[in-house]
Amino acid sequence: MSKYFKAKTVDNISLNKHFRLLNLSPLSDIDIPQPGQFYMLQTGDTCDPLLKRPFSIFRHEENSLSFLYRIRGKGTLSLSRLKSGDIINAIGPLGNSYPVPDGDFIALAGGIGIASLLPLMRKFKERAYLFYGARSKEELVMMDEAKAVSKESFITTDDGSEGKKGLITDSLMKFFNSLPITHHPLPLYACGPTPMLRELYRIIKSKIQNPKSQIIECYVSMEEYMACGVGVCLGCVVKVRSQEPVDSSQKWIYKRVCKEGPVFDIKDIIWE
Amino acid sequence: MGITPNSELRIPNLSVDIAGLKLKNPVMTASGTFGYGEEYSEFLDLNRLGAIVVKGLSITPRQGNPTPRIVETPAGMLNAIGLQNIGVNVFIRDKLPFLRQFDIPVIVNFFGDSIDEYIHAAEMLSNAEGVHALEMNISCPNKQAGWIVFGTDPKTMEQVVTAVRKATRLPLIVKLSPNVTDIGLMAKIAENAGADAVSLINTITGMVVDVKKQRPVLANNTGGLSGPAVRPIAVRMVWEVYKVVKIPIIGMGGIINANDALEFLIAGARAVAVGTANFINPNVTIEIIEGLEKFLIDEGFSDINEIIGSLKIS
Ligand SMILES: Cc1cc2nc3c(=O)[nH]c(=O)nc-3n(C[C@H](O)[C@H](O)[C@H](O)COP(=O)(O)OP(=O)(O)OC[C@H]3O[C@@H](n4cnc5c(N)ncnc54)[C@H](O)[C@@H]3O)c2cc1C
Ligand SMILES: Cc1cc2nc3c(=O)[nH]c(=O)nc-3n(C[C@H](O)[C@H](O)[C@H](O)COP(=O)(O)O)c2cc1C
Ligand code: FES
Repeated sequence: MSKYFKAKTVDNISLNKHFRLLNLSPLSDIDIPQPGQFYMLQTGDTCDPLLKRPFSIFRHEENSLSFLYRIRGKGTLSLSRLKSGDIINAIGPLGNSYPVPDGDFIALAGGIGIASLLPLMRKFKERAYLFYGARSKEELVMMDEAKAVSKESFITTDDGSEGKKGLITDSLMKFFNSLPITHHPLPLYACGPTPMLRELYRIIKSKIQNPKSQIIECYVSMEEYMACGVGVCLGCVVKVRSQEPVDSSQKWIYKRVCKEGPVFDIKDIIWE
Repeated sequence: MGITPNSELRIPNLSVDIAGLKLKNPVMTASGTFGYGEEYSEFLDLNRLGAIVVKGLSITPRQGNPTPRIVETPAGMLNAIGLQNIGVNVFIRDKLPFLRQFDIPVIVNFFGDSIDEYIHAAEMLSNAEGVHALEMNISCPNKQAGWIVFGTDPKTMEQVVTAVRKATRLPLIVKLSPNVTDIGLMAKIAENAGADAVSLINTITGMVVDVKKQRPVLANNTGGLSGPAVRPIAVRMVWEVYKVVKIPIIGMGGIINANDALEFLIAGARAVAVGTANFINPNVTIEIIEGLEKFLIDEGFSDINEIIGSLKIS
């Protein structure tokens, strides 16, 4: 079994202007991916784009791998042109995965971040308090499925076209404040744009600093540009707190998102 | 159709000699694109490689540059990793034992920001069991000389190569920077200063601008270009160096298949290294080795050495 394999495009469904769902059928036996892991996918058959792009596993079924993606630039545009029957190379599953939640948990998704969280929510059905925010209704991709597998869901959009108008982190804050202080702390899993994760860190930090509140576990899936996806190029690093820094004047080291991540404890990341 | 003893005889020789090292075949990995070997060992049998070249090491660990460190360009990529590495000591303690299991030459790439650092690193690596050759990366700045890149200034380069030559008895490969006017001259200096081989090219300095922010995309502003985009430049440089030195050449820059590797060999390289292509296809080195063998069989050669430097110029 190799993590480098060929896969056939089953279909590449357009969900709307921005989002596609790519279904692949691997041509050899593959390892079983865990929620939070990702694959490096070939996006075209020329040297431009040259590098593979990272995508979270969205769904894994027998002999099928699905990826939910947003068209952003050259690589994802090229990916969107794959047709049924086209064969691409893939590497994966790569990286670590979300730690298994004990009981109920919070899933915080910003936009396409839902792609990485839905496998966790599906696996632990009706145990997630879903917080899902996006710019508009159109960008709340896979909302129905996400709601269906959740225990409770909170939706926001920037323009108010679906759910509450506002930021998803504000809804999360309200939710925290409404919980009785004795409530069993819920582990939190988050994936989304950096500003959202930074705001989440601010919230978590204020909770940590409040001696009355319980410590919450909080895991975030990080994004960085990647070239190799397997830990050799050192392109994808993030600053992580460390007791053994390389430079003694600092308290951090670089860790690789593709290898030590993509999932990190939010408290370990240096948010700048 | 059965396999006759004859067809076995026709398997061509792929092995080459570089600076006293015997390589099973001329395909090695390029420094910085293959880690310390472990990561890719689950994708391919390292024993099939001609040699393995590890990520550049310095005497003390380096944390490297801020991010973004990489950006894709047409048929290539820029990187400004900033020579992040675990340091010579940790390499010897934690990574070398793994590499010793394999029956292939381990070539250790190293650098420093002063001549003393180069000497110190070369000495430590030379005493470590399982290091078969040293490749010195001279594409880094010299802090004692206004941060001029060692490999772009003939005088500094001569000094550093001469000093390292005295510090090691291992085969010494000097990795040339392409960011010079006359690569042949630089190769000649390396040869005269005692290098056993030269490798080229390292990355070509480049820049990508984010037009909306009016800023460079890379945090380091500039980065090194690699990948297919640089290949014609690299082949030309190998050819120029081949004309002026007697020591073997290891050619690299944008190799993604056997045909690309052949261009370098024909232009005068005795071995090749594959870098960026590993990221796209972790098995690419093996596919290139198989492709070279097939080419030799199809074209009726019995030995890879027959095609090295076979370029015909009218
Ligand atoms: C572990 C991981 C999992 C991912 N999973 C998914 C997924 O399931 N679905 C999905 O749609 N996307 C996912 N992404 C993001 C996806 O890889 C990028 O959108 C894609 O690489 C963009 O390539 P491109 O050539 O289309 O865009 P580019 O031309 O490279 O970039 C377009 C724009 O996006 C920004 N950008 C691109 N890549 C990144 C990045 N890695 N970090 C921050 N900004 C970036 C650029 O700054 C630019 O503004 C994931 C990323 C990582 C690291
Ligand atoms: C991410 C990355 C890291 C590199 N690190 C080093 C290094 O540490 N030392 C070195 O001598 N060359 C380094 N190189 C240069 C390569 O070894 C090689 O010379 C160059 O990439 C050209 O080959 P390619 O086009 O096949 O990648 C690095 C290249 C890349 C892409
Ligand atoms: S993408 Fe190369 S080290 Fe992470």
